[in-house]
Amino acid sequence: MTHVGYLVAGYGATFAVLAAYGAWIIGKKRALARELPPEERDPRWH
Amino acid sequence: MRSETGTRVLGTLAVAALAVLAVMALVVTPPDVNQQDAVRLFYIHVPLATVMYVAFGITALASVLYLLPRTRARKWDLLAGASAEIGVVFTGLTLLTGSIWGRTTWGVWWTWDARLTTTALLFVLFLGYLALRRTTGDTDARAKRNAIAALAVSIDLPIVHKSVEWWRTLHQKSSLLDEETFLHPHIHGSMYWTAMLGIGAFVLLFAWLLIHRYRLALLADRVEDQGLERAIAERRAEVLTGAR
Amino acid sequence: MWHDAAVMAGKDLRIELRSRVATNQVAPFALLVLVLFAFALDPDRGVLARAAAGLFWVAVLFCALLAIQRAFAVEATDGARDNLRLSGLDPAAIFLGKAGAIAAELGVLEVLLGAGVVVLYNRALHGPALLVVTCVLATIGLAAAGTLYGALAAGLRVRETLLPLLLLPVVAPVLLAATRASEAALGGSPGDGWPWVRLLGVFAVIYVAFGVVAFGPLLEESS
Repeated sequence: MTHVGYLVAGYGATFAVLAAYGAWIIGKKRALARELPPEERDPRWH
Repeated sequence: MRSETGTRVLGTLAVAALAVLAVMALVVTPPDVNQQDAVRLFYIHVPLATVMYVAFGITALASVLYLLPRTRARKWDLLAGASAEIGVVFTGLTLLTGSIWGRTTWGVWWTWDARLTTTALLFVLFLGYLALRRTTGDTDARAKRNAIAALAVSIDLPIVHKSVEWWRTLHQKSSLLDEETFLHPHIHGSMYWTAMLGIGAFVLLFAWLLIHRYRLALLADRVEDQGLERAIAERRAEVLTGAR
Repeated sequence: MWHDAAVMAGKDLRIELRSRVATNQVAPFALLVLVLFAFALDPDRGVLARAAAGLFWVAVLFCALLAIQRAFAVEATDGARDNLRLSGLDPAAIFLGKAGAIAAELGVLEVLLGAGVVVLYNRALHGPALLVVTCVLATIGLAAAGTLYGALAAGLRVRETLLPLLLLPVVAPVLLAATRASEAALGGSPGDGWPWVRLLGVFAVIYVAFGVVAFGPLLEESS
């Protein structure tokens, strides 16, 4: 297969960045939830 | 915890779809007549660009909803911000995959073709919007400012698109044909379905990211309010006990 | 509303005339930019002459940033902002007035820069009709978008760094279109330039309209 290096770079970077971003969001959510009193912890749409 | 299960299912679906996409895109589909295997980058580049526009569209819509007195609510400001941030991430990735693809086809990391240039401008436009969101001030004034800024940027988009397109097509009449052949590889059969799957998978991922990023924004908002209340309470206590 | 806008514009322009910041600082800065371009690009190999239109408009953009920062710095002092809001002037009039004053300043600077380009870059002016229309429409667009963003960034501590980041990408199409139209005029083929002028017109109309509508909500409750 041609351009293997580029494909690996492209797909790899994309999935890595998105996974890291998703992990950051979840991590930050947990950190912030700890700072709030129990009744305010569960965020919903409204 | 109904909604928790809902988003969890969404997340699992997204990851599964992405896995299938990777297999289809990298292994199952055939290489392109002109580009050979470089075309496989399109299976993620096009969905990334699509989601980018969806994300910014949501930001614009949420901003309008905030500004209209009948629908004004803090949640729209938070949604606009969450969607814009995700949009910027996807824009960066669009630029990255576009650049890598350009490198395989044209041998350079950057060309000033209409699409890449517009995307680059979009990136900077919304980076500016995110920077504005991070400023301090009264919450409602900030939200109003954010909404107006988002709309000011959004109405610019068609103009940017048109002007960059004219600019590049008027200057590259000869290579336009090559550009068109490369940018629209003849897609049929498994390639078409893989492209569709790609868009679907990334949209699912976007939805999951948006829900969680919105919730994060909501929590951050509450923590900020709480911090403010605590500061006010402490001040009051100091005054009452004559500590100052 | 138009009368109030004229009053507003008059006030801003009078402040400028009295303080002479535009004449003492912005105008020299404009010429300085032209000179710096000559240092950066080789004057002997004709690069300067060829790039003259683009360099002109980049210089105009830099001057616009200064003019806008200035226009809103004036308001931010001594609670002038609250006076503005309490004066009962229609926000749309305030917007049109401020934008009008900025446009007038930019117009003068453009004449100056035009003379600079002719003299320093050895470029003769052709196609005056196209050039004038281009300048007028581009300036209106820049002033409108600039006033809007100036107001958005006004009063913020990070104003100086935020305004360029916010404004310059938004007015990129103006730079694009104005340069192409100017090049067409200078190069003797004005027919190529008029489509770009249409784009400048669309930009100007959209941002003037948006500014008029958005200034009301923007001014209320701004801290």
